[in-house]
Amino acid sequence: MDVFNAIVQVLDSTIRLSVPLLLACLAGLYSERAGIFDIGLEGKMLVGAFAGAAAASVFHSALIGLGMAILISVAFAMVHGFASITHRGNQIVSGVAINFVAAGSTIILGQAWFQQGGRTPALQPGERFEAIVWPGAEAVRDVPILGPIYAELISGHSILVYFAFAMVPFTWWVLFRTRFGLRMRAVGENPAAVDTAGISVAWLRYRALICTGILTGVAGAYLSMVQNGGFVKDMTAGKGYIALAALIFAKWKPVNAMFACLLFGFLDAAAIRLQGSPLPLIGKVPVQFMQALPYVLTVILLAGFIGKAIPPRAGGVPYVKER
Amino acid sequence: MSTPYAKLPAWADYGLIPLINLSVAFIVAGFVVMLVGENPFRAAVILVEGAFGKGTGIAFTLFYATTFIFTGLSVAVAAHCSLFNIGTEGQAYIGGLGIALVCLSFDSVLPWWAIFPMAIVAAAAFGALWGFIPAYLQAKRGSHIVITTIMFNFIAASVMVYLLVGPLKPAGSQAPQTRNFLAGAELPKLNWIIELFGAKIRSAPLNICFLLALVMAFLVWLLIWRTKLGYEMRTYGHSPKAARYAGISETRIILTAMMISGALAGMMALNPVMGDQHNVAIDFVSGAGYVGIAVALMGRLHPVGIVLAAILFGMLYQGGAELAFEMPAISRDMIVIIQGLVILFAGALEHMFRPYIQALFASFSPKSVGMQAVNGKGA
Repeated sequence: MDVFNAIVQVLDSTIRLSVPLLLACLAGLYSERAGIFDIGLEGKMLVGAFAGAAAASVFHSALIGLGMAILISVAFAMVHGFASITHRGNQIVSGVAINFVAAGSTIILGQAWFQQGGRTPALQPGERFEAIVWPGAEAVRDVPILGPIYAELISGHSILVYFAFAMVPFTWWVLFRTRFGLRMRAVGENPAAVDTAGISVAWLRYRALICTGILTGVAGAYLSMVQNGGFVKDMTAGKGYIALAALIFAKWKPVNAMFACLLFGFLDAAAIRLQGSPLPLIGKVPVQFMQALPYVLTVILLAGFIGKAIPPRAGGVPYVKER
Repeated sequence: MSTPYAKLPAWADYGLIPLINLSVAFIVAGFVVMLVGENPFRAAVILVEGAFGKGTGIAFTLFYATTFIFTGLSVAVAAHCSLFNIGTEGQAYIGGLGIALVCLSFDSVLPWWAIFPMAIVAAAAFGALWGFIPAYLQAKRGSHIVITTIMFNFIAASVMVYLLVGPLKPAGSQAPQTRNFLAGAELPKLNWIIELFGAKIRSAPLNICFLLALVMAFLVWLLIWRTKLGYEMRTYGHSPKAARYAGISETRIILTAMMISGALAGMMALNPVMGDQHNVAIDFVSGAGYVGIAVALMGRLHPVGIVLAAILFGMLYQGGAELAFEMPAISRDMIVIIQGLVILFAGALEHMFRPYIQALFASFSPKSVGMQAVNGKGA
């Protein structure tokens, strides 16, 4: 039973750790499917986290915090769009720039406004998203096997967790069952064809980036308002890049993205859990190895050793109408 | 919107437009300073005084500039081949490992002038190796170099943390770093050059790596514009199809460019490791690899521009430290914002002001932008 409980606990933290990855990964999916590479997921998550925690603690409302996180994150996405769609700049350069501006400005503004070394004030109960306990969770907790699964894994998460997982089928539906999704995929594969059909390539890509901004904003809000109860500097700590890795790992498909994020979340959870304790058969694994595993896996995948990851064809190429 | 970018006079192309882009970046940074509630002009004065006001300040500025020359050159060499090497950070980190191995083995038996060449080779080799793998994967397996180099930054960080808290840490020490190097692995300082001009210097880490950086800048210029290899790299960077048609091997050119880029990145580690800290510690690169992106873009990928841009960023680092002292609201992280803004305006939005400048030039003298004078209009 102990082993079972330990497994449930690891899976529970897997869910918690994979939510920001999943949101950021789906965010990247929208923009990359529309043909805009987005290295700036990391930065947009970071400003979202900062704006969310700052607004929540100033206005004493979790919802205002979430709204602010989305607003600022979308604003950064629009800067990326302005540079890479309107001015046809290098999308990677623009994404890198956004990451730096985000990293620097959150610390500077945080320090100037709250004077806590770049932190925002610790969020009070009403200012963060609380866990939702599902009906009967406490009652069935003692039922063997199913009880802990229901009480720990399914119940007891915040609304943003359920939102993140609901976004997976929703994104699938948008992408493969709506006109917007069809056009978005087309603009990522062959923008000239979309243009010929009389649809604005730029406006489509801007809309895809708005979706990206909304989701990175929620991802940031999750980090600072659910996982942590306040903003800490550099709190994304490379999650945006892991999300990017997960996106490639998932071959730009929403359901795969969920599994990739759960896998990377699980590696993270297992690394925390196993810190220093030996594994059966393999012996003691250095924590750093577990931490590097998502990156190593992505490199191996990219190299085409586990299937082939083919990005949207027009990705990274600014669209030029005609010369 | 979709007219091609017409020609501008060379001085406008290489002087005016970068200057405008840079000014906009600094004006936006000024707004951030205002948002924090400080006076941006006073901040700028403190910053420049801190960087160039005293001999020590100048020495520190040049010390930081040395680091950025290496990383800037690294990014630029790859960029000439149209490869975006974001992995400079990781390559420099691994370069530090090469230096550590050389220094820890020989610092008790050899003098600095014997260790230095070995350390250069080791740093370059380790950095080149870390650039080689992504390059190989790009050339042979078609994986995107940007993504792989980002992943390699994280892998490098994990490898180095593992080594620095484990095998490389001296027994009985708590700090995650190698033991301090002995005198044999300490590079001579260059402070006397500044003292020649009559300035007083209190312990600044400026060392002979600065000269090495200048030599490398010259060699990179030689490579890119005066050798066959450089020509091939630029050809490939301009048009991979044309390069293939001309019989240039894609694999060879990508591998060479990335290995040179990685080697330059690795050599960056010489400056802080052997010139200043005399050990290899966790995260000693601390973002210098990323600064290299800004430096390379600002210097328009030309070694002269890169040296100037590196000095500017050295100034921001040194002056920024002074600024944080005078204005507590503005910490060194301000530089990260400026760095981001420079990358945004000098890189991604490079062409934003171009149409306006062009229109301006066209209205004064149509010839300067390559237009025929319409009859009755123009000179």
